[in-house]
Amino acid sequence: MILKGRVIAGGHARGPAMVTMQPISFLGSVDPKSGVVVEKGHELEGKSIANMVLVFPRGKGSTVGSYIMLQLKKNGVAPAAIINLEAETIIAVGAIISKIPMLDMLEGDMYSLIKDGMVLEVDAEKGEVRF
Amino acid sequence: MGPELTKKERCMLDGECGEGKQQAMEILLALAKIYGAKGMVPVTSAQISGVSYKTIGDAGLEYLQDLAARGTKVEIPACLNPIGMDSEDWEGMNVPEQFAEKQLAILKAYVSMGAKPTCTCTPYLAGVRPKAGEHIAWAESSAVIFANSVLGARTNREGGPSALCAAICGVTPNYGMHLEENRVADLIVKVDAPLQDRSDFGVLGAIAGGVARGRAVAFRGIKKAGEDELKYLGAAMAAFGSNSLFFMKGITPEWRVRDGAEEMAVGGVEMGRMRKSLDSGPEQDIITTGCPHASLAEIKEIAGMVKGRKLKKPLWVCVSRVVKEVAAKRGLEKVISDAGGRLVADTCMVVSPMEEMGYRSTGVNSAKAVKYLPTMCGQKVHFSRLGELLEFEGGKGKKVGKR
Repeated sequence: MILKGRVIAGGHARGPAMVTMQPISFLGSVDPKSGVVVEKGHELEGKSIANMVLVFPRGKGSTVGSYIMLQLKKNGVAPAAIINLEAETIIAVGAIISKIPMLDMLEGDMYSLIKDGMVLEVDAEKGEVRF
Repeated sequence: MGPELTKKERCMLDGECGEGKQQAMEILLALAKIYGAKGMVPVTSAQISGVSYKTIGDAGLEYLQDLAARGTKVEIPACLNPIGMDSEDWEGMNVPEQFAEKQLAILKAYVSMGAKPTCTCTPYLAGVRPKAGEHIAWAESSAVIFANSVLGARTNREGGPSALCAAICGVTPNYGMHLEENRVADLIVKVDAPLQDRSDFGVLGAIAGGVARGRAVAFRGIKKAGEDELKYLGAAMAAFGSNSLFFMKGITPEWRVRDGAEEMAVGGVEMGRMRKSLDSGPEQDIITTGCPHASLAEIKEIAGMVKGRKLKKPLWVCVSRVVKEVAAKRGLEKVISDAGGRLVADTCMVVSPMEEMGYRSTGVNSAKAVKYLPTMCGQKVHFSRLGELLEFEGGKGKKVGKR
């Protein structure tokens, strides 16, 4: 299946989907050394986002979150790609400076089409998710 | 339809002008998509936030160092938001050495990209003063609302990275406050209360901002307001309501009100209630003013108030370095330091590590400072008029001037 989306940050990546309905703040909620979500009560608490195709609605919290994404990348524990419902500034800037392929506004309901663990191919040149 | 780029912008995106410009244009293009801009608009200056080590931390420092190491340069005049300390007198301020080292490294990265080390929320008092109709990319919220409203320039409230990208590429996405059709007030505030001093303008700004919640405001009923008063008003509106534009009948260069705009009245009762809610009691380990950074006129007035007297508590007057140097030349700095006060340049009470410096409570005359000091510095805040905050050895003495 191929889903079209809007390109926010270019690139190409493949990995298992990690899906959450909750927004993510990178500052304070994700440990930049391990890539593990540490925010109390978050759906993804205790899980590592490293090398996952992270599917979530949007960013939240501090704009410093963009820089934390770059630290994750340098430490080798960044997500392989990001898919948002609708991008906002923090995640968009973070994805671009960290060279993490990112799409948003997929056609169709991404939450009913993409399930946790599904292996996704994100082509953020053509603006497609293939699985 | 996505945003359209000019030939030059396209070259930057394709990497013909270097990796730094390429990434910056990629960010600007993504933001243009997100905010529905049809293209970019050239800007004449940038004011970049995300400069204090306290806010951006090691993650931000590393990013800036990477960018600078790639030889990235700014295209247009770019100045910086306040940093976490006076860059020349951090020891005198008791700023921890480890903090100072990191802060200086951030400053160095920006300067090597060609930004001016003018660290202020009032670039318009420090030589970067856009004219009416000029497009700019400024980030600090009080500077943004002042530039839009008082100077008639055009800027959105940029984030740190987006202002930096605008500085690097010389353009910004053309949406929001850059378009005249969006520069229209949706809320009319009729003021029927005496505005005695700058702190009153801050109180009014807190009320109007809280109601407007981002919508542009048109004020009626204010007969007189100088730039310093408008600075306090706008700073509070931005802090309490994320506003970036207001009009004032007969005072600001623009006046556009939407047909059927909501109306509200603010009188003495509302002012008194807000003033009371901003104050959490009389304790003050230190008194700080200059939020936003003080003008030369404010410094003159403070010098007049403290001349020949001894302050009971430390006093910080936060200023840009440009204004501090003028104040020093005119002998005003010495008057204030002889009384036990200090002109603190490059920084302010909100972005410096006050809690690490042992302060628990702060006296302020700025409504904006009331909004941020408790959360960003763990301070208990005493809000009052400056003349009432200043206490002297040998009793308060006679009131010196109404401010």
